Amino acid sequence: MNASVKLSCRRLWKTYGPREAVEATRSGAGSGDAAAVMERVASLYGLSACAGISFDVVRGEIFIIMGLSGSGKSTALRCLSRLVEPTAGEILIDGEDFTAKSPRELIDFRRHKMGMVFQNFGLMPHLTVLENIAFPLRVRGIDPAERNERARDMMRLVELDGRENAYPRQLSGGQQQRVGIARSLAGDPDIWFLDEPFSALDPLIRRQMQNQFLHLQSALHKTIIFVTHDISEAVRLADRIAIMKGGEIVQIGTPREILDNPANAYVEEFTRDAREGLTVRGAVGAGRG
Amino acid sequence: MSEVPTDLSRWRAWAFWGVCLAACVICFQQADTREWIGNFPKDWTYGIAGPVNVAMNWLVPVLSGPLHVISAILGFLLNMTRDILAWTPWPVAFCLFVIVAHRAGGLSLAAFMAVSLVYMLVTGYWERSMNTLALVGAAVPLSVVIGAQIGILCYRHAWLNSLTQPVLDVMQTLPAFAYLIPILLLFGFGPVVGLIASMIFSIPPMVRNTILGLQRVPPEVTEAGLICGCNRRQLLWWTQIPAALPQMKIGMNQTTMAALSMVIISAIIGGSDDVGWAVLNTMRKAQFGPSLIAGLVIALMAMLIDRISLGFAETDAAPDGGSRDGIFRHPHLLAALAVLAAVLPLSLTVETLHHFPRAWVWDIGGDISAALDTVIAATSGTLENVKRAGLFFFLLPLRIGLDQAVSPFSWGVEFTPALRIAYAGLVAVGCLAALGLGSRAGAIIVAICGVLFYYGTSGIPWPVFIGATAIMAYAAGGPAIAALALGTMVFILLNGLWEPAMFSAALCGAAILIAFPLGMAIGTIAAETDWVSKAVRPVNDTLQTMPQFVYLIPFLMLFQVGEFTALIVVIAYALVPAIRYTEHGLRSVPAACVEAGRASGCTGRQLLWWVKMPQAVPEIMLGLNQTVICALSMLVIAALVGTRGLGQQVYVALGKADSGLGLVAGVSIALVAITTDRILQCLNRSRRQALGL
Repeated sequence: MNASVKLSCRRLWKTYGPREAVEATRSGAGSGDAAAVMERVASLYGLSACAGISFDVVRGEIFIIMGLSGSGKSTALRCLSRLVEPTAGEILIDGEDFTAKSPRELIDFRRHKMGMVFQNFGLMPHLTVLENIAFPLRVRGIDPAERNERARDMMRLVELDGRENAYPRQLSGGQQQRVGIARSLAGDPDIWFLDEPFSALDPLIRRQMQNQFLHLQSALHKTIIFVTHDISEAVRLADRIAIMKGGEIVQIGTPREILDNPANAYVEEFTRDAREGLTVRGAVGAGRG
Repeated sequence: MSEVPTDLSRWRAWAFWGVCLAACVICFQQADTREWIGNFPKDWTYGIAGPVNVAMNWLVPVLSGPLHVISAILGFLLNMTRDILAWTPWPVAFCLFVIVAHRAGGLSLAAFMAVSLVYMLVTGYWERSMNTLALVGAAVPLSVVIGAQIGILCYRHAWLNSLTQPVLDVMQTLPAFAYLIPILLLFGFGPVVGLIASMIFSIPPMVRNTILGLQRVPPEVTEAGLICGCNRRQLLWWTQIPAALPQMKIGMNQTTMAALSMVIISAIIGGSDDVGWAVLNTMRKAQFGPSLIAGLVIALMAMLIDRISLGFAETDAAPDGGSRDGIFRHPHLLAALAVLAAVLPLSLTVETLHHFPRAWVWDIGGDISAALDTVIAATSGTLENVKRAGLFFFLLPLRIGLDQAVSPFSWGVEFTPALRIAYAGLVAVGCLAALGLGSRAGAIIVAICGVLFYYGTSGIPWPVFIGATAIMAYAAGGPAIAALALGTMVFILLNGLWEPAMFSAALCGAAILIAFPLGMAIGTIAAETDWVSKAVRPVNDTLQTMPQFVYLIPFLMLFQVGEFTALIVVIAYALVPAIRYTEHGLRSVPAACVEAGRASGCTGRQLLWWVKMPQAVPEIMLGLNQTVICALSMLVIAALVGTRGLGQQVYVALGKADSGLGLVAGVSIALVAITTDRILQCLNRSRRQALGL
């Protein structure tokens, strides 16, 4: 295996529904015929939100999972962080089997290696901005002085200084998400999960936040898995994109590959807007390389 | 019936209804000749009251050891609270209460508190108020802690939750008196019984709100906690509980109010010299002046405790002293400490400041009594007429039927065959009119009411009553609900409580027939006219916080002991939810719909009846549900002013310390309440689905 691969998942399945459906997924997961397994699960009144997805994410890469709502992209992300337990398949992080970790090891791993940003921010309503950002450090048992120091650094990083003692409900959406970002980075994770982080924001703010995100990443070099339903966001931010439909990955590639060689009609339809956007931008001579 | 009815199924339906109708007619005809149809035979009953008493007799000595330990601990806690409150000099307590009120609700609440406290001091109810407060103060923290723990466990374990929900339902609908009896037997007499009863009564709202609060924590907050590496304990105490806290505070408010209500009720077993006892005692002696004064004390306490606990629930998590420095960060704490430092030593040295002197008490009870007597004497003719009219023309027909109620003695006329035919014709015309308006349900309701008023709840043979109710339950919610309704009625029958149950049904039915339409009308007016709404709201708020007991006082004064008084009391208590839900339902119709109606050129009336009303129906149905529950829960309290029925059975059982009878009668009321609730919820659900809500 390539040494620079940070995270890789192999034939990852997540099935919701009655026990029989879950068992059918387990027994069929290795077969490689995802369509047949999904059909069997559906006949047992189950639903496979993730159907045998596989991909590798390279160290320092921005890997974007894109799809419409119900395509299984958020479930896939939650399986990778084991917020949702995968039904079958394996996840390797730094070559170690992540699915085999015990609850204690999992907690330890999350404390030190993972950060996550949520679509609706997931801020604790009862904590101030500073306390929210320091929360991962508090969970680790770091003493208040040190964790507040570190949290202040984070606030400077996301340009929020001065709002330490505000409560989340007193902030605008963009500011709230900055708190979410600062919190997810406070523990200095290796892997950074972002679940539609900018979808709840106004277009203008979204643009700003995207720029800030790229700026952050150019300094931090995290391994990023980013979920979005917005093709233009994906094209703008991604090193590589995986397009999901109905629980399966339809195509993986760089933005350029996906726009130039769509794997099928679905991807072509899906990427039309972005392509038209590019032509327009091409015409005025702007656009990101 | 989603499929098109074929000839066969239509024929079957007709046959079914035909058989039902025939069975009803036969039952009515045979009711006089065959004894068992008219009255459920005594030797068919198989009551569980006896076995329950046997079990209690066996249980009490077995459990008395450990229970006495609990009782001793609770008694110690209670006595300590009471002693502290009794020892605290009144100026100190006065200042502290006002400070608490100011912290919770600002200047206006502080002023209200000060006025109320002066009233309690001047009327000489200070000590008794403190005793009541001690009971509440001892019950609430325990209930909150226990309730929150149960709630957390239920949230974590789904099986426990499904087990707890029905128990909570029963705990909250079971009339308070019913479980006073076993507690009395298990723990002996004394204020501890009141404490335990109010704890049992006030735990369910805390459990419910804890579960609700935890379930409503946004999943992303929980996920954020998990991804930060929280373990189970950290996840619960650092993320989920704090996020659920606003809802849990609402639970604390409800718990406090429930505890207060129950503390007042449990005065009936005596043992503590508190305000509830004062009301009951003066009421029994027909001293209406003092009982009015004491009742007002309870009312004031209820309002204050409600506002304060709500005030604390609604205050922001953000400390308001953010701009202040050092010790001035917490001005209220500072003020309280200042009071303790300055007023306390002074009060302890001066006797009149330690205990409020008797000589300062302004005894106005007698004067009020005298004044009331003159007023009542002046209006007694009118009141008597109202009472007689209500009894003879409404309550009595519903209970024993026009068939028996119409006599020269009561109505002044004989119920001649001609009149009977005229009545039947009237009902038929009503049915046809409803059918003409296109409402089949309306026609059925008119027909049922017609039969009900003709025979009365006691005159309808039990097989007909059970059959009809079961069929209605089936129509509303399918086999499960029908089974529940059937089970409830069989339980009542087998325990030999059919007759009192029918008395109660008549009383409750009569109350609901008046309270619900009246409440709907007021609610509708309030929804349409802003100033009415503004005027009605504080009255509703106040009425809703009032312990049920207080309702008795004014009506008892006006109408004396009797069934009519009970009817009015039940109506008064059941009115509020009908008003509330109607107004809320009408006001929460989406603005877009109202605008669409206006844009189509609706007049005000068309807007109300064609646009708002249909969409408000689910909410109004919830109101009906609450009205029924309120009426049933008031039944037992109303028994104090003289009704026959299930409530009276519970009350009688309390007097005889007959836990079997008390439990059976209490469970009957609870079962009826739960059944009605389920039926109405099913109707509501189907209506909501039809509206796509």
